[in-house]
Amino acid sequence: MSAFDTVKIARDLKRPTALQFINAIFKDFIELHGDRVFKDDKAIVGGVARLSGSSVTVIGIQKGTGLDENITRNFGSVNPEGYRKALRLMKQAEKFNRPIITFINTQGAFCGIGAEERGQGEAIARNLMEMSSLKTPIISILIGEGGSGGALALAVADRVWMLKNAVYSILSPEGFASILWKDPARAKEAADFMKLTSKDLLELKIIDKIIEEPWEGLDKNLDFTAKILKEQLKIEIKALREKSLNLLLDERYARFRKFGDFSE
Amino acid sequence: MNLFKKRIYIPVNSIKEDTFGSVPIVPDGLWLKCPYCGKTIYRKELGKYNVCPYCGGHLRIGAYERLGLVLDKDAGFIEFDKDMKPLNPLNYPEYEEKNKKFQKSTGLYDAIVTGLGKIVGYDTIICAMDSNYIMGSMGSVVGEKLTRAIEYATLNNLPVIVFTASGGARMQEGILSLMQMAKVSAALAKHSEKSLLYVPVLTDPTTGGVTASFAMLGDIILAEPKATIGFAGRRVIEQTIKQELPEGFQTSEFLLEHGFIDKIVSRPELRDVISKILKIHLKPNYS
Repeated sequence: MSAFDTVKIARDLKRPTALQFINAIFKDFIELHGDRVFKDDKAIVGGVARLSGSSVTVIGIQKGTGLDENITRNFGSVNPEGYRKALRLMKQAEKFNRPIITFINTQGAFCGIGAEERGQGEAIARNLMEMSSLKTPIISILIGEGGSGGALALAVADRVWMLKNAVYSILSPEGFASILWKDPARAKEAADFMKLTSKDLLELKIIDKIIEEPWEGLDKNLDFTAKILKEQLKIEIKALREKSLNLLLDERYARFRKFGDFSE
Repeated sequence: MNLFKKRIYIPVNSIKEDTFGSVPIVPDGLWLKCPYCGKTIYRKELGKYNVCPYCGGHLRIGAYERLGLVLDKDAGFIEFDKDMKPLNPLNYPEYEEKNKKFQKSTGLYDAIVTGLGKIVGYDTIICAMDSNYIMGSMGSVVGEKLTRAIEYATLNNLPVIVFTASGGARMQEGILSLMQMAKVSAALAKHSEKSLLYVPVLTDPTTGGVTASFAMLGDIILAEPKATIGFAGRRVIEQTIKQELPEGFQTSEFLLEHGFIDKIVSRPELRDVISKILKIHLKPNYS
Protein backbone atom coordinates (compact mmCIF):
# COMPACT_ATOMS: atom_id res chain seq x y z
CA MET A 1 0.00 0.00 0.00
CA SER A 2 1.44 3.36 -1.01
CA ALA A 3 1.43 6.45 1.21
CA PHE A 4 -1.15 7.98 -1.10
CA ASP A 5 -3.45 4.98 -0.58
CA THR A 6 -3.40 5.87 3.10
CA VAL A 7 -4.20 9.48 2.21
CA LYS A 8 -7.25 8.20 0.30
CA ILE A 9 -8.42 6.13 3.28
CA ALA A 10 -7.89 9.08 5.62
CA ARG A 11 -10.04 11.24 3.35
CA ASP A 12 -12.75 8.68 2.65
CA LEU A 13 -16.15 10.32 2.92
CA LYS A 14 -17.41 7.32 4.89
CA ARG A 15 -14.67 7.60 7.50
CA PRO A 16 -16.16 8.30 10.94
CA THR A 17 -16.09 11.94 12.02
CA ALA A 18 -15.00 13.52 15.29
CA LEU A 19 -18.57 13.57 16.60
CA GLN A 20 -19.00 9.88 15.86
CA PHE A 21 -15.87 9.12 17.88
CA ILE A 22 -16.98 11.41 20.69
CA ASN A 23 -20.38 9.74 20.90
CA ALA A 24 -18.84 6.28 20.77
CA ILE A 25 -16.28 6.93 23.53
CA PHE A 26 -17.80 9.39 26.01
CA LYS A 27 -20.96 9.66 28.05
CA ASP A 28 -23.12 12.73 28.72
CA PHE A 29 -21.50 14.84 26.00
CA ILE A 30 -22.88 18.36 26.10
CA GLU A 31 -21.85 20.44 23.11
CA LEU A 32 -20.90 24.04 23.86
CA HIS A 33 -20.87 26.73 21.23
CA GLY A 34 -19.19 29.92 20.13
CA ASP A 35 -15.97 31.85 20.56
CA ARG A 36 -17.69 34.74 22.44
CA VAL A 37 -16.20 37.15 19.90
CA PHE A 38 -17.56 36.53 16.45
CA LYS A 39 -19.53 33.34 15.88
CA ASP A 40 -19.89 29.61 16.28
CA ASP A 41 -17.64 27.88 13.77
CA LYS A 42 -19.32 24.57 12.97
CA ALA A 43 -16.06 23.05 11.75
CA ILE A 44 -15.15 22.78 15.43
CA VAL A 45 -17.24 20.80 17.88
CA GLY A 46 -16.48 20.83 21.55
CA GLY A 47 -17.93 20.46 24.97
CA VAL A 48 -17.87 18.60 28.23
CA ALA A 49 -18.36 14.89 28.77
CA ARG A 50 -17.70 11.97 31.09
CA LEU A 51 -15.20 9.19 30.62
CA SER A 52 -15.52 6.31 33.08
CA GLY A 53 -16.44 8.47 36.00
CA SER A 54 -14.22 11.47 35.33
CA SER A 55 -15.02 14.75 33.64
CA VAL A 56 -13.25 15.76 30.46
CA THR A 57 -13.33 18.46 27.79
CA VAL A 58 -13.49 17.14 24.25
CA ILE A 59 -12.86 19.12 21.08
CA GLY A 60 -12.93 17.92 17.51
CA ILE A 61 -12.53 19.18 13.99
CA GLN A 62 -15.72 18.05 12.33
CA LYS A 63 -16.11 17.03 8.72
CA GLY A 64 -19.56 16.23 7.38
CA THR A 65 -21.00 12.78 6.78
CA GLY A 66 -22.59 13.94 3.52
CA LEU A 67 -22.54 16.95 1.24
CA ASP A 68 -25.09 18.97 3.21
CA GLU A 69 -23.28 18.50 6.48
CA ASN A 70 -19.96 19.10 4.78
CA ILE A 71 -21.16 22.50 3.61
CA THR A 72 -22.28 23.33 7.15
CA ARG A 73 -18.96 22.09 8.51
CA ASN A 74 -16.95 23.84 5.79
CA PHE A 75 -15.45 20.41 4.94
CA GLY A 76 -13.59 20.49 8.24
CA SER A 77 -11.64 23.61 7.36
CA VAL A 78 -11.58 25.76 10.46
CA ASN A 79 -11.83 29.54 10.52
CA PRO A 80 -10.12 31.71 13.16
CA GLU A 81 -13.27 31.76 15.29
CA GLY A 82 -13.14 27.96 15.40
CA TYR A 83 -9.63 27.96 16.85
CA ARG A 84 -10.73 30.66 19.30
CA LYS A 85 -13.75 28.57 20.31
CA ALA A 86 -11.40 25.63 20.91
CA LEU A 87 -9.10 27.82 22.99
CA ARG A 88 -12.04 29.11 25.03
CA LEU A 89 -13.05 25.55 25.84
CA MET A 90 -9.46 24.60 26.66
CA LYS A 91 -9.12 27.54 29.07
CA GLN A 92 -12.41 26.44 30.61
CA ALA A 93 -10.99 22.93 31.03
CA GLU A 94 -7.92 24.41 32.70
CA LYS A 95 -10.10 26.35 35.13
CA PHE A 96 -12.05 23.25 36.14
CA ASN A 97 -9.00 21.02 36.02
CA ARG A 98 -10.42 18.72 33.36
CA PRO A 99 -8.19 16.80 30.95
CA ILE A 100 -8.61 17.76 27.29
CA ILE A 101 -8.97 15.32 24.43
CA THR A 102 -8.85 16.66 20.87
CA PHE A 103 -9.87 14.80 17.71
CA ILE A 104 -8.15 16.12 14.59
CA ASN A 105 -9.44 15.72 11.06
CA THR A 106 -8.75 18.56 8.66
CA GLN A 107 -7.11 19.17 5.34
CA GLY A 108 -5.93 22.48 6.78
CA ALA A 109 -7.11 25.78 8.21
CA PHE A 110 -9.52 27.58 5.89
CA CYS A 111 -7.99 29.91 3.30
CA GLY A 112 -10.30 32.82 2.54
CA ILE A 113 -10.72 36.56 2.74
CA GLY A 114 -12.66 36.51 6.00
CA ALA A 115 -10.20 34.08 7.57
CA GLU A 116 -7.36 36.50 6.81
CA GLU A 117 -9.34 39.54 7.98
CA ARG A 118 -10.04 37.84 11.28
CA GLY A 119 -6.45 36.69 11.75
CA GLN A 120 -6.11 33.02 10.87
CA GLY A 121 -2.38 33.23 11.61
CA GLU A 122 -2.94 34.87 14.98
CA ALA A 123 -5.60 32.35 15.98
CA ILE A 124 -3.36 29.36 15.23
CA ALA A 125 -0.31 31.00 16.82
CA ARG A 126 -2.25 31.77 20.00
CA ASN A 127 -3.36 28.16 20.33
CA LEU A 128 0.20 26.86 19.91
CA MET A 129 1.49 29.19 22.60
CA GLU A 130 -1.39 28.67 25.05
CA MET A 131 -1.53 24.90 24.66
CA SER A 132 2.19 24.62 25.37
CA SER A 133 1.60 25.86 28.91
CA LEU A 134 -2.01 24.94 29.63
CA LYS A 135 -2.19 23.59 33.18
CA THR A 136 -4.13 20.42 32.50
CA PRO A 137 -3.35 17.19 30.61
CA ILE A 138 -3.96 17.23 26.85
CA ILE A 139 -4.22 14.20 24.57
CA SER A 140 -4.59 14.73 20.81
CA ILE A 141 -5.77 12.06 18.42
CA LEU A 142 -5.37 12.32 14.66
CA ILE A 143 -8.36 10.44 13.27
CA GLY A 144 -8.25 11.28 9.54
CA GLU A 145 -6.40 14.06 7.82
CA GLY A 146 -3.97 16.20 9.81
CA GLY A 147 -3.02 19.04 7.55
CA SER A 148 -0.61 21.81 8.41
CA GLY A 149 -0.89 24.48 11.10
CA GLY A 150 -4.63 23.94 11.04
CA ALA A 151 -4.10 20.50 12.61
CA LEU A 152 -1.16 21.47 14.84
CA ALA A 153 -3.33 24.21 16.39
CA LEU A 154 -5.12 21.43 18.29
CA ALA A 155 -2.16 19.06 18.67
CA VAL A 156 0.29 20.68 21.09
CA ALA A 157 -0.37 17.96 23.63
CA ASP A 158 1.22 15.71 26.23
CA ARG A 159 0.38 12.70 24.07
CA VAL A 160 -0.26 12.68 20.35
CA TRP A 161 -1.87 9.51 19.01
CA MET A 162 -2.76 8.59 15.51
CA LEU A 163 -5.19 6.15 13.99
CA LYS A 164 -3.40 3.63 11.84
CA ASN A 165 -4.72 5.04 8.56
CA ALA A 166 -4.70 8.71 9.48
CA VAL A 167 -2.15 11.08 7.94
CA TYR A 168 -0.35 14.11 9.39
CA SER A 169 1.79 16.47 7.37
CA ILE A 170 3.08 19.97 6.81
CA LEU A 171 0.60 20.44 3.97
CA SER A 172 -1.69 18.29 1.84
CA PRO A 173 0.28 16.26 -0.74
CA GLU A 174 -1.40 18.38 -3.44
CA GLY A 175 -0.22 21.58 -1.76
CA PHE A 176 3.27 20.18 -1.28
CA ALA A 177 3.51 19.19 -4.96
CA SER A 178 2.07 22.52 -5.99
CA ILE A 179 4.63 24.52 -4.01
CA LEU A 180 7.69 22.44 -4.79
CA TRP A 181 6.94 21.23 -8.31
CA LYS A 182 4.22 23.66 -9.40
CA ASP A 183 2.10 20.60 -10.17
CA PRO A 184 -0.62 19.43 -7.76
CA ALA A 185 -1.17 16.36 -9.95
CA ARG A 186 2.06 14.91 -8.55
CA ALA A 187 0.43 14.47 -5.13
CA LYS A 188 1.01 10.72 -5.11
CA GLU A 189 4.73 11.19 -5.55
CA ALA A 190 4.72 13.91 -2.90
CA ALA A 191 3.00 11.61 -0.41
CA ASP A 192 5.85 9.12 -0.77
CA PHE A 193 8.37 11.74 0.32
CA MET A 194 6.44 13.39 3.08
CA LYS A 195 6.57 10.75 5.83
CA LEU A 196 2.91 11.34 6.59
CA THR A 197 1.78 7.86 7.64
CA SER A 198 1.39 6.75 11.25
CA LYS A 199 4.28 4.31 10.87
CA ASP A 200 6.67 6.98 9.60
CA LEU A 201 5.57 9.50 12.20
CA LEU A 202 5.99 7.02 15.05
CA GLU A 203 9.56 6.44 13.88
CA LEU A 204 10.17 10.20 13.86
CA LYS A 205 8.59 10.35 17.36
CA ILE A 206 6.14 12.99 16.12
CA ILE A 207 3.42 10.73 17.51
CA ASP A 208 3.52 8.52 20.59
CA LYS A 209 1.17 5.72 19.67
CA ILE A 210 -0.65 4.13 16.75
CA ILE A 211 -4.26 3.13 17.35
CA GLU A 212 -5.33 0.06 15.41
CA GLU A 213 -8.21 0.06 12.96
CA PRO A 214 -10.41 -2.94 12.13
CA TRP A 215 -9.48 -4.97 9.05
CA GLU A 216 -12.94 -4.49 7.56
CA GLY A 217 -12.68 -0.71 7.64
CA LEU A 218 -13.32 1.90 10.30
CA ASP A 219 -16.70 2.87 8.83
CA LYS A 220 -17.91 -0.71 9.24
CA ASN A 221 -16.67 -1.24 12.77
CA LEU A 222 -16.10 2.01 14.62
CA ASP A 223 -16.63 0.23 17.94
CA PHE A 224 -13.41 -1.72 17.46
CA THR A 225 -11.28 1.44 17.51
CA ALA A 226 -13.51 3.39 19.89
CA LYS A 227 -13.09 0.62 22.46
CA ILE A 228 -9.30 0.73 22.20
CA LEU A 229 -9.33 4.50 22.47
CA LYS A 230 -11.58 4.45 25.50
CA GLU A 231 -9.31 2.01 27.32
CA GLN A 232 -6.13 3.81 26.34
CA LEU A 233 -7.54 7.22 27.29
CA LYS A 234 -8.53 5.95 30.72
CA ILE A 235 -5.03 4.60 31.36
CA GLU A 236 -3.21 7.61 29.96
CA ILE A 237 -5.33 10.24 31.70
CA LYS A 238 -4.75 8.47 34.99
CA ALA A 239 -0.99 8.41 34.34
CA LEU A 240 -0.88 12.08 33.33
CA ARG A 241 -2.98 13.05 36.34
CA GLU A 242 -0.45 11.43 38.64
CA LYS A 243 2.34 13.73 37.46
CA SER A 244 2.92 17.01 39.24
CA LEU A 245 1.93 20.03 37.19
CA ASN A 246 5.56 21.11 36.82
CA LEU A 247 6.59 17.71 35.53
CA LEU A 248 3.64 17.58 33.14
CA LEU A 249 4.52 20.97 31.66
CA ASP A 250 8.27 20.28 31.56
CA GLU A 251 7.65 17.04 29.68
CA ARG A 252 5.25 18.74 27.27
CA TYR A 253 7.87 21.39 26.58
CA ALA A 254 10.57 18.76 26.08
CA ARG A 255 8.30 16.76 23.79
CA PHE A 256 8.25 19.56 21.22
CA ARG A 257 11.67 21.00 22.10
CA LYS A 258 13.45 17.96 20.70
CA PHE A 259 12.16 18.21 17.13
CA GLY A 260 14.71 19.23 14.54
CA ASP A 261 17.40 17.77 12.34
CA PHE A 262 20.56 19.83 11.97
CA SER A 263 24.32 19.66 12.36
CA GLU A 264 26.69 21.94 14.25
CA MET B 1 23.23 20.80 27.54
CA ASN B 2 25.75 22.66 25.48
CA LEU B 3 23.16 25.04 24.16
CA PHE B 4 25.02 28.28 24.26
CA LYS B 5 28.59 27.20 23.81
CA LYS B 6 29.08 28.08 20.22
CA ARG B 7 29.47 31.79 19.93
CA ILE B 8 31.28 33.78 17.41
CA TYR B 9 32.25 37.28 18.24
CA ILE B 10 32.11 39.61 15.31
CA PRO B 11 32.35 43.35 15.44
CA VAL B 12 29.25 45.07 14.16
CA ASN B 13 31.21 47.40 11.95
CA SER B 14 32.17 44.38 9.86
CA ILE B 15 28.53 44.23 8.81
CA LYS B 16 28.53 45.85 5.45
CA GLU B 17 25.90 48.52 5.41
CA ASP B 18 26.39 49.44 1.83
CA THR B 19 25.86 46.05 0.23
CA PHE B 20 22.66 46.80 -1.58
CA GLY B 21 20.40 44.63 -3.61
CA SER B 22 19.69 41.69 -1.40
CA VAL B 23 16.91 41.15 -3.91
CA PRO B 24 18.82 41.68 -7.10
CA ILE B 25 15.96 42.11 -9.52
CA VAL B 26 18.59 43.12 -12.03
CA PRO B 27 21.43 40.99 -10.67
CA ASP B 28 24.52 43.00 -9.87
CA GLY B 29 23.25 45.78 -12.09
CA LEU B 30 23.36 49.46 -11.46
CA TRP B 31 19.64 49.74 -12.00
CA LEU B 32 16.71 47.84 -10.62
CA LYS B 33 12.96 47.93 -10.84
CA CYS B 34 11.02 48.83 -7.70
CA PRO B 35 8.72 45.89 -6.88
CA TYR B 36 6.19 48.32 -5.40
CA CYS B 37 5.85 51.13 -7.98
CA GLY B 38 7.61 49.61 -10.95
CA LYS B 39 9.86 52.61 -11.49
CA THR B 40 13.47 52.05 -12.46
CA ILE B 41 15.81 53.04 -9.65
CA TYR B 42 19.49 53.81 -9.78
CA ARG B 43 20.85 51.50 -7.12
CA LYS B 44 22.73 54.19 -5.21
CA GLU B 45 19.49 56.16 -4.85
CA LEU B 46 18.17 53.47 -2.51
CA GLY B 47 20.46 54.70 0.25
CA LYS B 48 21.49 52.61 3.23
CA TYR B 49 17.87 51.79 4.11
CA ASN B 50 17.12 50.26 0.71
CA VAL B 51 13.97 52.36 0.31
CA CYS B 52 12.58 53.35 -3.10
CA PRO B 53 13.09 57.11 -3.58
CA TYR B 54 9.88 57.38 -5.63
CA CYS B 55 7.25 55.47 -3.66
CA GLY B 56 8.91 54.79 -0.29
CA GLY B 57 8.62 51.03 -0.87
CA HIS B 58 10.85 49.07 1.48
CA LEU B 59 12.93 46.70 -0.61
CA ARG B 60 14.03 43.47 1.07
CA ILE B 61 17.34 43.44 2.91
CA GLY B 62 19.54 40.64 4.19
CA ALA B 63 19.90 39.60 7.83
CA TYR B 64 23.29 41.22 8.46
CA GLU B 65 22.28 44.44 6.72
CA ARG B 66 19.23 44.47 8.99
CA LEU B 67 21.36 44.08 12.13
CA GLY B 68 23.65 46.83 10.90
CA LEU B 69 20.68 49.22 10.69
CA VAL B 70 19.40 48.49 14.19
CA LEU B 71 22.29 47.62 16.49
CA ASP B 72 24.72 50.01 18.16
CA LYS B 73 27.73 50.34 15.92
CA ASP B 74 30.55 50.09 18.40
CA ALA B 75 29.07 47.62 20.88
CA GLY B 76 29.66 44.35 19.06
CA PHE B 77 27.28 41.52 18.30
CA ILE B 78 27.66 38.04 19.75
CA GLU B 79 26.31 35.70 17.13
CA PHE B 80 24.81 32.42 18.39
CA ASP B 81 25.05 29.08 16.58
CA LYS B 82 26.62 30.57 13.48
CA ASP B 83 27.73 27.16 12.24
CA MET B 84 24.43 25.32 12.58
CA LYS B 85 23.57 23.74 9.24
CA PRO B 86 20.51 22.04 7.79
CA LEU B 87 20.37 18.28 7.16
CA ASN B 88 17.96 16.41 4.93
CA PRO B 89 15.45 14.55 7.13
CA LEU B 90 13.12 13.53 4.26
CA ASN B 91 15.98 12.71 1.90
CA TYR B 92 14.35 15.21 -0.38
CA PRO B 93 16.09 15.14 -3.76
CA GLU B 94 18.71 17.83 -4.27
CA TYR B 95 17.96 19.54 -0.95
CA GLU B 96 21.65 19.44 -0.02
CA GLU B 97 22.57 21.03 -3.33
CA LYS B 98 19.89 23.65 -2.89
CA ASN B 99 21.25 24.54 0.53
CA LYS B 100 24.80 24.71 -0.79
CA LYS B 101 23.70 27.04 -3.55
CA PHE B 102 21.98 29.41 -1.13
CA GLN B 103 24.83 29.15 1.37
CA LYS B 104 27.13 30.35 -1.36
CA SER B 105 24.91 33.18 -2.56
CA THR B 106 24.00 34.52 0.90
CA GLY B 107 27.03 33.66 3.03
CA LEU B 108 24.61 32.14 5.59
CA TYR B 109 24.12 28.50 6.57
CA ASP B 110 20.37 28.96 6.81
CA ALA B 111 17.69 31.65 6.80
CA ILE B 112 18.30 33.34 10.16
CA VAL B 113 20.95 35.14 12.19
CA THR B 114 20.50 35.19 15.98
CA GLY B 115 22.52 36.69 18.78
CA LEU B 116 23.05 39.18 21.54
CA GLY B 117 23.56 42.83 20.74
CA LYS B 118 22.93 46.29 22.06
CA ILE B 119 20.35 48.84 20.98
CA VAL B 120 21.13 52.28 22.43
CA GLY B 121 22.96 50.48 25.17
CA TYR B 122 20.24 47.97 26.06
CA ASP B 123 21.24 44.32 25.90
CA THR B 124 18.82 42.62 23.54
CA ILE B 125 18.44 39.25 21.91
CA ILE B 126 18.01 40.05 18.28
CA CYS B 127 17.15 37.69 15.44
CA ALA B 128 16.86 38.54 11.75
CA MET B 129 15.48 36.25 9.09
CA ASP B 130 16.81 36.47 5.56
CA SER B 131 14.38 36.04 2.68
CA ASN B 132 17.29 35.52 0.29
CA TYR B 133 17.81 32.04 1.75
CA ILE B 134 15.10 29.74 0.32
CA MET B 135 12.56 32.54 0.84
CA GLY B 136 13.39 32.74 4.52
CA SER B 137 11.56 29.48 5.07
CA MET B 138 11.59 27.89 8.53
CA GLY B 139 13.08 24.45 8.85
CA SER B 140 14.92 22.82 11.75
CA VAL B 141 17.80 25.31 11.82
CA VAL B 142 15.62 28.43 11.89
CA GLY B 143 13.41 26.86 14.58
CA GLU B 144 16.34 25.66 16.70
CA LYS B 145 18.31 28.92 16.49
CA LEU B 146 15.24 30.96 17.39
CA THR B 147 14.36 28.64 20.28
CA ARG B 148 17.89 28.78 21.70
CA ALA B 149 17.97 32.57 21.39
CA ILE B 150 14.61 32.86 23.18
CA GLU B 151 15.71 30.39 25.88
CA TYR B 152 18.89 32.43 26.38
CA ALA B 153 16.75 35.55 26.78
CA THR B 154 14.47 33.80 29.28
CA LEU B 155 17.45 32.62 31.31
CA ASN B 156 19.12 36.03 31.29
CA ASN B 157 16.05 38.26 31.57
CA LEU B 158 16.48 39.87 28.18
CA PRO B 159 14.00 41.21 25.64
CA VAL B 160 13.71 39.54 22.24
CA ILE B 161 13.40 41.35 18.91
CA VAL B 162 12.74 39.22 15.82
CA PHE B 163 12.69 40.56 12.27
CA THR B 164 10.52 38.17 10.30
CA ALA B 165 11.01 37.67 6.56
CA SER B 166 9.70 34.30 5.51
CA GLY B 167 7.44 32.47 3.13
CA GLY B 168 6.53 30.06 5.94
CA ALA B 169 7.51 26.54 6.92
CA ARG B 170 10.13 24.85 4.76
CA MET B 171 8.45 22.14 2.71
CA GLN B 172 11.65 20.14 2.12
CA GLU B 173 11.91 19.27 5.83
CA GLY B 174 8.26 18.21 5.99
CA ILE B 175 6.62 17.62 9.36
CA LEU B 176 9.78 18.68 11.23
CA SER B 177 9.28 22.20 9.89
CA LEU B 178 5.70 22.14 11.16
CA MET B 179 6.94 21.13 14.60
CA GLN B 180 9.21 24.19 14.73
CA MET B 181 6.06 26.33 14.96
CA ALA B 182 5.09 24.60 18.21
CA LYS B 183 8.66 24.58 19.52
CA VAL B 184 9.27 28.30 19.04
CA SER B 185 5.80 29.23 20.35
CA ALA B 186 6.40 27.14 23.49
CA ALA B 187 9.74 28.90 24.07
CA LEU B 188 7.95 32.25 23.73
CA ALA B 189 5.36 31.16 26.31
CA LYS B 190 8.16 30.56 28.84
CA HIS B 191 9.74 33.91 27.98
CA SER B 192 6.39 35.64 28.44
CA GLU B 193 5.76 33.93 31.78
CA LYS B 194 8.81 35.76 33.12
CA SER B 195 7.25 39.11 32.12
CA LEU B 196 9.86 39.65 29.44
CA LEU B 197 9.32 41.70 26.32
CA TYR B 198 9.01 40.21 22.85
CA VAL B 199 8.68 42.42 19.78
CA PRO B 200 8.42 40.88 16.33
CA VAL B 201 8.98 43.28 13.45
CA LEU B 202 7.19 41.96 10.37
CA THR B 203 8.92 42.67 7.09
CA ASP B 204 8.18 41.66 3.53
CA PRO B 205 7.21 38.81 3.26
CA THR B 206 5.77 37.24 6.44
CA THR B 207 3.42 34.39 5.60
CA GLY B 208 2.36 30.82 6.34
CA GLY B 209 3.76 29.02 9.35
CA VAL B 210 5.75 32.02 10.52
CA THR B 211 2.62 34.18 10.64
CA ALA B 212 0.84 31.28 12.35
CA SER B 213 3.45 31.15 15.11
CA PHE B 214 6.03 33.64 16.41
CA ALA B 215 5.16 36.57 14.10
CA MET B 216 1.76 36.99 15.77
CA LEU B 217 2.79 36.37 19.37
CA GLY B 218 4.45 39.69 20.21
CA ASP B 219 3.63 41.89 23.16
CA ILE B 220 3.97 44.69 20.64
CA ILE B 221 3.93 43.85 16.93
CA LEU B 222 5.57 46.26 14.49
CA ALA B 223 5.63 46.06 10.71
CA GLU B 224 7.37 47.81 7.86
CA PRO B 225 5.13 49.65 5.38
CA LYS B 226 3.47 47.74 2.53
CA ALA B 227 4.92 44.38 3.57
CA THR B 228 2.98 41.28 2.52
CA ILE B 229 1.74 39.64 5.73
CA GLY B 230 -0.77 36.81 5.86
CA PHE B 231 -1.44 33.18 6.57
CA ALA B 232 -2.44 31.65 3.23
CA GLY B 233 -0.83 32.59 -0.06
CA ARG B 234 -2.79 34.74 -2.49
CA ARG B 235 -2.90 32.02 -5.12
CA VAL B 236 -4.24 29.45 -2.67
CA ILE B 237 -6.99 31.80 -1.50
CA GLU B 238 -7.99 32.69 -5.06
CA GLN B 239 -8.17 29.00 -5.95
CA THR B 240 -10.22 28.23 -2.83
CA ILE B 241 -12.79 30.99 -3.15
CA LYS B 242 -12.68 31.42 -6.94
CA GLN B 243 -12.59 35.20 -6.84
CA GLU B 244 -9.97 37.90 -7.07
CA LEU B 245 -8.62 39.45 -3.94
CA PRO B 246 -9.21 43.10 -3.09
CA GLU B 247 -6.53 45.76 -3.48
CA GLY B 248 -4.21 46.02 -0.50
CA PHE B 249 -5.21 42.58 0.84
CA GLN B 250 -2.62 41.07 3.22
CA THR B 251 -0.48 44.18 3.55
CA SER B 252 0.82 45.78 6.75
CA GLU B 253 -1.85 48.44 6.33
CA PHE B 254 -4.55 45.75 6.01
CA LEU B 255 -3.37 44.09 9.24
CA LEU B 256 -3.26 47.40 11.09
CA GLU B 257 -6.80 48.14 9.91
CA HIS B 258 -8.02 44.75 11.16
CA GLY B 259 -6.31 45.06 14.51
CA PHE B 260 -3.53 42.49 14.19
CA ILE B 261 -0.47 44.71 14.47
CA ASP B 262 0.30 47.66 16.70
CA LYS B 263 2.19 50.03 14.48
CA ILE B 264 3.71 50.49 11.05
CA VAL B 265 7.20 51.94 11.24
CA SER B 266 9.37 52.98 8.32
CA ARG B 267 12.85 51.56 8.20
CA PRO B 268 14.73 54.78 9.00
CA GLU B 269 12.62 55.20 12.16
CA LEU B 270 12.79 51.61 13.37
CA ARG B 271 15.87 51.86 15.56
CA ASP B 272 14.43 54.87 17.36
CA VAL B 273 11.00 53.30 17.92
CA ILE B 274 12.50 50.00 19.12
CA SER B 275 14.82 51.78 21.53
CA LYS B 276 11.89 53.71 23.03
CA ILE B 277 9.92 50.50 23.46
CA LEU B 278 12.92 48.85 25.13
CA LYS B 279 13.32 51.80 27.46
CA ILE B 280 9.65 51.74 28.47
CA HIS B 281 9.98 48.05 29.34
CA LEU B 282 13.15 48.30 31.41
CA LYS B 283 12.72 46.53 34.70
CA PRO B 284 12.51 49.20 37.38
CA ASN B 285 15.37 49.14 39.83
CA TYR B 286 13.86 49.70 43.27
CA SER B 287 16.97 49.00 45.27
